[in-house]
Amino acid sequence: MKLLAAALLLSAAALAAKPSDTLRPPVLSAAGPVVNTTLVNDAVISGSEFPARLSDFNFFTDSAASRPGIGVIAYRLNTPLWSDGADKSRFLYLPPKGQATAHGEGLLGLPVGAALIKHFTFGGKLVETRVLLHRADGWVALPYVWNAEQTEARLALAGKRIELVTPAGQAISYAVPNKNQCKDCHSQDGAVIPIGPKAYNLSPQWLAGLRSSGWIDQVPKVSRRIPLWEDRAKVKVADAARGYLDANCAHCHSPQGAASNSGLYLGWTVKDRMALGVNKRPVAAGRGAGPHEFAIVPGKPDQSILLYRMASTEGGVAMPELGRETRDPDGEAVVRAWIAGMH
Amino acid sequence: MRMSATLIAAASALALAAPLHAKTIAVAAGEGAQTRLQEALILAAPGDVVELGAGRFVLTDGLSLDVKGVTVRGKGMDATVLDFTGQKGAGEGLLVTSDDVTLRDFAVENTKGDGIKSKGADNVVYYRVRVTWTGGPKETNGAYGIYPVESIGVLIDGCKVSGASDAGIYVGQSKAITVRYNYVEQSVAGIEIENSRDALVTGNLVTRNTGGILVFDLPNLPVMGGGNTIIEGNLVIANDTPNFAPKGNIVAGVPRGTGVMVMANDGVLVKGNRIADNPTGQVLVVSYPKPFTDKTYNPLPRNVIIDENRFSGGGDDPQLPGGEQLKAAFGGRLPDVIWDGTGKQGPILNYRGAYLSLGIPGPEAGMAGAKPELVEPKIPVVIMFPSTEGAPKALDARARP
Repeated sequence: MKLLAAALLLSAAALAAKPSDTLRPPVLSAAGPVVNTTLVNDAVISGSEFPARLSDFNFFTDSAASRPGIGVIAYRLNTPLWSDGADKSRFLYLPPKGQATAHGEGLLGLPVGAALIKHFTFGGKLVETRVLLHRADGWVALPYVWNAEQTEARLALAGKRIELVTPAGQAISYAVPNKNQCKDCHSQDGAVIPIGPKAYNLSPQWLAGLRSSGWIDQVPKVSRRIPLWEDRAKVKVADAARGYLDANCAHCHSPQGAASNSGLYLGWTVKDRMALGVNKRPVAAGRGAGPHEFAIVPGKPDQSILLYRMASTEGGVAMPELGRETRDPDGEAVVRAWIAGMH
Repeated sequence: MRMSATLIAAASALALAAPLHAKTIAVAAGEGAQTRLQEALILAAPGDVVELGAGRFVLTDGLSLDVKGVTVRGKGMDATVLDFTGQKGAGEGLLVTSDDVTLRDFAVENTKGDGIKSKGADNVVYYRVRVTWTGGPKETNGAYGIYPVESIGVLIDGCKVSGASDAGIYVGQSKAITVRYNYVEQSVAGIEIENSRDALVTGNLVTRNTGGILVFDLPNLPVMGGGNTIIEGNLVIANDTPNFAPKGNIVAGVPRGTGVMVMANDGVLVKGNRIADNPTGQVLVVSYPKPFTDKTYNPLPRNVIIDENRFSGGGDDPQLPGGEQLKAAFGGRLPDVIWDGTGKQGPILNYRGAYLSLGIPGPEAGMAGAKPELVEPKIPVVIMFPSTEGAPKALDARARP
């Protein structure tokens, strides 16, 4: 947590600082390159190779990847994807002269040369770091696995299984996704895309900071935001549950996602009750449906396939299919309460 | 010497078709197979062949392929086995999300979810691939054996599936499909064509499933309006395995002992099949029986043509409500063709014989309102026969170069 806090602090300070030039890396002069080891390696981001080490990018100024380099901005999601209780820290990198663009309530537009970086930490130890690189021919997702000494993270193209203990005390075989599995979730109509930085799941203050530093063309207009996950007991249960489903399910369960053929769409802005699963029969759920007939039976969480699959850890039944080995009691609780109160 | 224009054109077409640096990446079974095989599937370039050695690849996680035009080839469906008995994660054994992929000559065993899924993967070929759940029919088996979905151009040829808790071969929300010369047994549905058009299902052996060949159209899906499908020249024999699908599945409603079942759909031709010993009914033509709200969906079967088929046995142990009385009323055996009675017109029978109409007044009425009667077929005035060549011809060349 210390690491995360430090990173947040640092970028908060950076965001607050004005003018925006303080955030901008120095421009390399034609007379000779300015040697600055903290510069992010743009050539590696936009090249065609899969760098072997996370440090090849120079996203961070230290080997433990806790101090973001120039142009690397920490952010959080209001409600995040749950991954066996991992602590996550997220960073957005924008290249020199690069600027994000507002696209309504959804994903921020990020220029070629941008990158998203996400650390996964268990018990204070970095386990993996996933990067998304925006290259000229599209986004590329790469997973990096940390060594025991916490000094280096190496590319794990084919994924990896790591034995670890979750914050809830469960020993699990944690699955680092392979490069293709990254795309299973990070996919829209077959192309890799980011998932997290949707305007409706980002804090208005952070977006305003981004704007005032010139990192984004304008602050995106958002009519309704996903609530903060830690506020779930204070907000409408439907909002908490729908926010959770958006962050945990909607990347596949959307008309353009990997689960498009299911007809079950769980995004924050979906309004059609049938698409959301209310009295909707499964299509190709196989045994994932268990003994149940509908994704959601209003008032009956224990007869709803949605909750049945969230509460399973068995391959072929458990949802999400990737990235969850244990149950998320908090997530189940909000979805249960939402269905129970539905009619 | 001058080359003719045709020759030049042909030569350049060849050059375009074959990537310049196509290579073969050999992957052997044994230690580290998970990582080595997955890396090969990631690093393959379009046109490459990933060649799996003989032996058993012991795998803990699903594999995936997302590179266009790759061939994954083993040493034969009994020699090269991808063994997922110890699978920990992912929804299927192998997931393909790129176009123009050929999968051939290997087996997938005991996946936790589906066997092989190809999604949004156009022009996919499955040739002599085997998917088996080795413990026989069990509810805990994965759902689909071979599972192409949302694709245009699908060829499934010479494959073998056993033990799927939903459909052995399932083609969903797709177009231009050929399913031929496959052997599917001990699955809930042998072959299922769902929400798809232009499918040719021919020369398959489906036996000891709960239902043999199903052609379904379901509501509330991105792709609906299934039809123009031909079921021709198959052996649909003794599909009598008790239904072991989990209750929520649409196939959980398939009666044990169904030969061919057409639900909803527009334009299905059932012709020249050998249909024998299916104890509930040899051919069932029905509407979608459940409530739905989707206004664009038509739950009725339309233009279903039962042409000449060779029938024998069957209908002697019907798992239909009131089946025993029906059976007694028809002298111990139901007629070969059973229509639920919904829709303006029953199946068009292009052979001599009567069919059983259950006389159900509407899709959702159920057997309570049934008025069973034997219907002599009228001589059809105009028949628009479904016509399709199934998968594009170019896919044949990948199966049988």
